[in-house]
Amino acid sequence: MHNFEFVKPSTVEEAVAALQSDEAQPMSGGQTLLPTMKQRLAAPEKLVSLTGIASMQGVSAVGGVLTIGGATTHATVATEAAAHYPGLAGLAAHIGDPAVRNRGTIGGSLANNDPAACYPSAALGSGATIVTNAREIAADDYFQGMFTTALEEGEIVTGVRFPIPQASNYQKFEQPASRFALTGVFVAKYADGVRVAVTGASEEGVFRWTEAEAALSANFSPDAIEGLSVSADGMIGDLHGTPAYRAHLIKVLTKRAVAAAS
Amino acid sequence: MPKDGGIGASTKRREDVRFLTGKGRYTDDINLQNQTYAWFVRSDIAHGTIQNIDTSDAESMDGVVKIFTSKDFEAAGGIPCGWQVTDRFGQPMQEPKHPILAEGKVRHVGDPIAVVVAETLEQARDAAEAIDIDIDELEPVLDMKAAIQDGATKVHDDLTSNLCYDWGFVEENREAVDEAIKNAHHVTTLELVNNRLCANPMEPRVAVADYSQANDEYTLYTTSQNPHVIRLLMGAFVLSIPEHKLRVVAPDVGGGFGSKIYHYAEEAFVTHASKIVGRPVKWTSTRSEAFISDAHGRDHVTKIELAMDENHKFTAVRTDTYANMGAYLSTFAPSIPTWLHGTLMAGNYTTPLVYVNVKAVFTNTVPVDAYRGAGRPEATFQLERVVDKAAREIGMDPAELRRLNFIKPDQFPYDTPVAVTYDTGNYHATLDKGLEMVDYANFDARVAESKARGKLRGLGLAHFIEACGIAPSNLVGQLGARAGLYESATVRVNATGSISVMTGSHSHGQGHETSFAQVVAEMIGIDASQVDIVHGDTSKTPMGMGTYGSRSIAVGGSAMVRATEKIINKAKKIAAHLMEASEGDIELKDGQFTVAGTDKSVAWGDVTLAAYVPHNYPLEEIEPGLEETAFYDPSNFTYPSGAYICEVEVDPDTGKVDVLGFIAADDFGNVINPMIVEGQVHGGVAQGIGQAMLENTVFDENGQLLSGSFMDYAMPRASDMPMFDVDHSCQTPCTHNPLGVKGCGEAGAIGSPPAVVNAVIDALQRGGYDVDHIDMPVSPSRVWEAMNK
Repeated sequence: MHNFEFVKPSTVEEAVAALQSDEAQPMSGGQTLLPTMKQRLAAPEKLVSLTGIASMQGVSAVGGVLTIGGATTHATVATEAAAHYPGLAGLAAHIGDPAVRNRGTIGGSLANNDPAACYPSAALGSGATIVTNAREIAADDYFQGMFTTALEEGEIVTGVRFPIPQASNYQKFEQPASRFALTGVFVAKYADGVRVAVTGASEEGVFRWTEAEAALSANFSPDAIEGLSVSADGMIGDLHGTPAYRAHLIKVLTKRAVAAAS
Repeated sequence: MPKDGGIGASTKRREDVRFLTGKGRYTDDINLQNQTYAWFVRSDIAHGTIQNIDTSDAESMDGVVKIFTSKDFEAAGGIPCGWQVTDRFGQPMQEPKHPILAEGKVRHVGDPIAVVVAETLEQARDAAEAIDIDIDELEPVLDMKAAIQDGATKVHDDLTSNLCYDWGFVEENREAVDEAIKNAHHVTTLELVNNRLCANPMEPRVAVADYSQANDEYTLYTTSQNPHVIRLLMGAFVLSIPEHKLRVVAPDVGGGFGSKIYHYAEEAFVTHASKIVGRPVKWTSTRSEAFISDAHGRDHVTKIELAMDENHKFTAVRTDTYANMGAYLSTFAPSIPTWLHGTLMAGNYTTPLVYVNVKAVFTNTVPVDAYRGAGRPEATFQLERVVDKAAREIGMDPAELRRLNFIKPDQFPYDTPVAVTYDTGNYHATLDKGLEMVDYANFDARVAESKARGKLRGLGLAHFIEACGIAPSNLVGQLGARAGLYESATVRVNATGSISVMTGSHSHGQGHETSFAQVVAEMIGIDASQVDIVHGDTSKTPMGMGTYGSRSIAVGGSAMVRATEKIINKAKKIAAHLMEASEGDIELKDGQFTVAGTDKSVAWGDVTLAAYVPHNYPLEEIEPGLEETAFYDPSNFTYPSGAYICEVEVDPDTGKVDVLGFIAADDFGNVINPMIVEGQVHGGVAQGIGQAMLENTVFDENGQLLSGSFMDYAMPRASDMPMFDVDHSCQTPCTHNPLGVKGCGEAGAIGSPPAVVNAVIDALQRGGYDVDHIDMPVSPSRVWEAMNK
């Protein structure tokens, strides 16, 4: 790891100001950034920690919307969201291992947008709103491909607002080594329809399976998607699974998520 | 009533006190005054010609002490290979030079090119990034079969081809085996891959060297399973340092699994560099570095044919294997696919004719050598898979087909057609024990219960044999070993009766400090707390060959027994003198010497004190002191065997396999510490399940390692394991070593992979899927692909 300057501001404004300098990098839980720096694959001159900002912490549920501060850890979401949004809390409870969950944050995960991360599927599957220091971005506009988002340079995810569904569930099929999602499917049933978001599978990153959404909106039952299938085109193929396998898993996991939704 | 001490007692491991409280002293814990740090610049290209190495910018950077390239090692030898295999035409194998740092060419990703020695590790790494290396890429040699075709690109330009050797065994049987297969009633054929593995011990490799100019002496602290072997190889063949000027210390070592047997370039580098820079030099491998610099294991591509007659008796086995050597020959690499593999191809069976062909091939990949089991897992996997496939083809219970072909208990000692003689065994007993443990009779009910939940249940059996207790020196010498494989021990009795045992075996997780002490304590009849085991330092222990091949208790333990017998014999002479009795009447029991038929006795401590305070002592007959050394060379291998049974459940929707249960019914002969033995089986089975289900080392078409971190190399975790059910009550003691022990370190890793794969195939076939083989690891993706092909 190269040497770097470390600052830990206590307000969003201070963080944004600190990020103005060249080669400054925001860091939330650091669960991706720090290993990358240890490998010397990233060498920011200044790390701006976001975990000391009180306004970016915590979980609250008001008027059918669950709001989570950007620097809230997975472990906190797993506990504090459980009563309001069990599908989301369940997802958070199974990210990584306890050490990762106690450091990693929702804002960090969404800003990184790893194609195999869990949280992007929940944000997209819930039609969440990504709140930054500058604006609000609909999840449908936010995710723009592997490791790519609508965030501008220096823009910080300060929070996420999730409309709370009637029922939801996340099914993760783990990649055997990393235990990231080889494929993960988040299903959320709202009064105005069902959303299905898939992570881990596509070369374009997290995406919505719209055919399944239509079928499930008409009939929220595993049988409703029996006749559907996902094309293997554009799916990831690697050591751990072929495109066809991932495409197949999407359907299996979607059915399981519907069956398990609560 | 279990014993609470001595042989047979499940004594808790004394070394765990320091390991579990963070008080172990590993090589990386050793920091010497004025120490420098080495960072290796390694090739990120699989195959290429080095055009230029420009170190000029790096040399002027902060903290840089010296930058080394191959030019600094022109006087040094290459890393030697410890075994010369002779091919089936009587010619020696092709043996390329293995330079300490790359000379002219790089031959695998990870091949070291240059080294920065600096004041701090970070400074060394900074400078390493400033070294400019210009390499012309060459076509990488990766596919073993293509590599030995005419006109293939060569890994080593000075060799005639990429073929290290073409080995046949037993060569005289070649035609007879062909004939038997041609005339067989039934032949079962199986083509398979034994997947390449990375050992991944918890502790990565470390080497710290300290040259003393004042004494012209070198000390090397290194993560080794065999410090004397490193001293011999590095001193005699690489750096020309005589043994008395080179001390090699392997302190606490955090697992080896074979990968720490070998002499590595990094050890020679730090030793040589310490003299050049005049300061201690330390190198600590990162985990990423370990993936591309520790020797890998396995990597065989095999076709096996099993012939049987109309009575289902096996008549012949023929195998063709391509064995990947990687880019260079690691220390024992040539012996693994040959003598540690071919000699096991009779298995537990009376098959009269066996022919094994192995083509060892150089490729632009990390060198391959022994990994827990080493050749024997490769033999066992193919044999136990093909027997299982044969049983399915002829519609016979796999257990019954095995039983029909087993060597019977009254046939021991049994001469196999592959040169080895099994001294003892009772395969029917271990198989019956395993089937009893798994409740074979009620398996169908469990299948139905799984089916009701939409799952496919399967049961897989494997019955293994291994050759351990490595090895008779005269035999391995004939087979090409460039070393003896005896073991040594010095038993030093102190004046007050406590004992230090200096063993040539090395413990890196095996628990020798506990189990070895139990043996000596039992022989003398004193408490084990009076016995300490010293190992891992060439300045303290007699010349020893170290720990691998499940040899420690069988060979190292035997040396210790022989030395202790000498101690007891001498102590009896002293006791006889003290009690004014005839030596022949002296008995030793529970630490007391008595005169048979009398009430005379002297305590152990009285005799040991007399040896060192010889006031009343037969000085005219024997020397004072009580210290004896023995070297033990085994007369045969030992042959542990056992039945391993795995029960799995397959999720047909995803192909995911859950291991529901694993049973190991082993015959290890006599057992010193049952708890430690069970732990060894647990660890071995965990690694075997890892190979079967999770682990795989994969290079892409450019020779880049795709599985170069734990993000892609799937190590088994506790959650992947069932509760193990292990038994070692079926004991046919070894007849040729004094403890009657066979060794238990590798069994788990040898016997378990075929049991797992057989179980998966069983589950799929019971579920109606026409699948007769899936290569390891049987990952969810591969199982699903096989079900949906």
